[in-house]
Amino acid sequence: MPNTKKFAALAAASLLTASLAACASDNGGGGGSSGDNDAVTIGIKFDQPGVGQQVGSDYKGFDVDVARYVVKELGYSKITFKEAPSAQRETLIQSGQVKMVVASYSITEERQQKVSFAGPYLVAGQDLLVRADDTSITGPDSLNGKKLCSVTGSTSAANVQEKFANKVQLQEYDTYSKCVDPIINGTLDAMTTDNTILAGYAAQPQYKGKLRLVGKPFSEENYGIGIKKGDTELCGKINDALDKMVSDGTWQKDLDANFGPANFKPDPAKNPPKHIPCS
Amino acid sequence: MTAPTTVLFDAPGPKARVRHLIIGIVGLVVLLLILGLVIRGLANPRNNQLTAEKWSPFLQPSTWLDYLLPGLLSTLKAAGLAIVLSLVFGILLGIGRLSKIRVVSMVSGVFVEFFRSVPVLVMMLFAYYFALYVLHLASNQPFFGVVVGLVFYNSSVIAELIRSGVGSLPSGQREAGLAVGLTEGQAMWSILLPQAITAMLPSLISQLVVVLKDTALGYIIGYYDLVRGGQTFSTNFGNLIPTMLVMAAMFIVINYALTRIAQGVEHSLQRRGRAGGQPDESLPGELTQPPVVAQL
Amino acid sequence: MGQLAELISKYHVALAFWMTIKLTVFGGLGALIIGTLVAIFRVAPINVLRWIGTGYVNIIRNTPLTLIVFFFAFGVLNTLNISLADQQSPTSIADNNFRWGVVALSVYHASFVAEALRSGVNTVPQGQAEAARAIGLSFLPSLTQIILPQAFRGAIAPLGNTLVALTKNTTVVSTIGVAEISYQMKNMIEFSPQLLYAIFLLVAICFVVLTLPVGALFTYLSRRLAVQR
Repeated sequence: MPNTKKFAALAAASLLTASLAACASDNGGGGGSSGDNDAVTIGIKFDQPGVGQQVGSDYKGFDVDVARYVVKELGYSKITFKEAPSAQRETLIQSGQVKMVVASYSITEERQQKVSFAGPYLVAGQDLLVRADDTSITGPDSLNGKKLCSVTGSTSAANVQEKFANKVQLQEYDTYSKCVDPIINGTLDAMTTDNTILAGYAAQPQYKGKLRLVGKPFSEENYGIGIKKGDTELCGKINDALDKMVSDGTWQKDLDANFGPANFKPDPAKNPPKHIPCS
Repeated sequence: MTAPTTVLFDAPGPKARVRHLIIGIVGLVVLLLILGLVIRGLANPRNNQLTAEKWSPFLQPSTWLDYLLPGLLSTLKAAGLAIVLSLVFGILLGIGRLSKIRVVSMVSGVFVEFFRSVPVLVMMLFAYYFALYVLHLASNQPFFGVVVGLVFYNSSVIAELIRSGVGSLPSGQREAGLAVGLTEGQAMWSILLPQAITAMLPSLISQLVVVLKDTALGYIIGYYDLVRGGQTFSTNFGNLIPTMLVMAAMFIVINYALTRIAQGVEHSLQRRGRAGGQPDESLPGELTQPPVVAQL
Repeated sequence: MGQLAELISKYHVALAFWMTIKLTVFGGLGALIIGTLVAIFRVAPINVLRWIGTGYVNIIRNTPLTLIVFFFAFGVLNTLNISLADQQSPTSIADNNFRWGVVALSVYHASFVAEALRSGVNTVPQGQAEAARAIGLSFLPSLTQIILPQAFRGAIAPLGNTLVALTKNTTVVSTIGVAEISYQMKNMIEFSPQLLYAIFLLVAICFVVLTLPVGALFTYLSRRLAVQR
């Protein structure tokens, strides 16, 4: 069907132009690759309380604080935040739309094929969030017969099912926030992902006292700052900034500010972490 | 609305009127009862969905300025671009299907039938991953996915509208064009097509309702549309259900208005004597749908 | 080819396709039942019932299906806690998602069924209704025995369109975790992006196989059964 292909190519081409034009107005001209040396665009999460969250026209969370500190150390005066959904993080970096991604971004070998990482700046772990008065769940191996919530396409739920409890029922939604209400009112029993994200939900004012973090992390997630592959110079600068953030006490202060309300402390034996060599 | 159906029943007498009143009241009570149960369930302390803290955020300007209106704007942007592009490709495909050259009409036919059969969501997913993995698009992959997915489906629909619109014109129109010396192509572009498009204007406006509703699927591939904006907002206050109600109300108002506009255009066209989509008397058994019904 | 075959068995594509068919069949039946009721309401001699019917169609038809699916999943199931499955059963989550998915599809498409039937009622000549009343039938018998059977025949083409649309719209319930075919499509592409085209074609062909015969059947039926006048 040569004509069909031509049509498709034509459609793709015209849309490409249109979408690029639209994107220029979207970004407000703050693209990471622009010639402006004072402005920088950073990819963060918009919907993870405590980690990276859009609150009105502002952004809050530990990732946001880390990004702001690092960016200031690097000498930029203006920062634009862009949403970095999990599936798009590598693309955002590779295409130069963002200078860095600070979005609960675990350093893995697979991702290191495509991007480089500075950090890690925090070590999190997969954990469980349950109703405050539910004492029957003490860890992933006590989940048999329970109803567990996670997000579509994440490995954390499959992880639990494979390694700990094969009789757990899985509910998959597209965002974590949809899991919370059903857990509180008893339709579901637990949700699983990184303890940092779970703690963020537990600390929200409207859920205060209703949720409990089990507190037995069963994986190790090294949150790094994703940058363009091979940019060792930037990586080194970011690592210096992160070291300074720890040594001058800002790291601890921001951690407490964001996770204190949830009474959450990331594993003190592993935090603050030593950064890995840049590559 | 009562006019076409009144033949179904006699004008009610006094007894019937009482009976109707009773059935009416019973119906109303049942409806209110169901509503009441839903409200009680939502207000129940286990859920607390009707508390002020879940609804008062909608009184803050930030809710609208930072989440809902930007979301709505992206929804409208994607829907608007999609309908314009669909119109362009739809007209080309529709003419292609009517073409005298067999290869062209067959290819257009296969294209139209294929893309009418594939769900919009499946095409959005494909276009999104295509942008991500094949085109390595620098930005806005979700936007690309939403618009391309919508365009493939809707241009097929519009192609069918064009085909039936041109087909419903009296053959004298084309013949008159040829008689004054126009070629087939000129007759199509300057005589048949303008009439067909005018006749299908109401269907086109109703198709916008379909496009707007389908744009809401875009949040699945991460497009920051109204649904996604609302979800991000509801993370702050834990008020997913109130937010969904507000979003639904926004969609209903906009789409209802569009439907009314479509109906208005249709009526004014009918008055001018060139209504589209009317069942053709000369074709017994061949039922063309009234355009406004065709929204799915 | 081998890779694709591996994916098909790893992600239970046959099972997912079966799920799509089940959603279509049950959703279609549900939509037909609710839609007929709403259509009766819309032409009833009682104001209140007509308002309810009109309100139903206007509200449901203008709301995205995504939101309707959400309402049943998050509003009715998760918040009002109305379960359609045994909460103790080891498959209660999957059962509930499937059943509420069917309800959402039925409720949404019922509004289109109702509109199709109402347009079908309009194609029935006035003489039929007058004749029914002349032999002493009241509203409900004349509607159900004389008018509606003819209305169904007159509405076959739009009813067929609705069924085709329903088949395609089953993909939307993937948002609440029902493992139908578009849900597995997403998983498959994310697992092996290099097979993007093959996966898309596979899923697209599944839908073409489902919808083309239905469309053809209904076109045939509309020619065969339409009341000749």
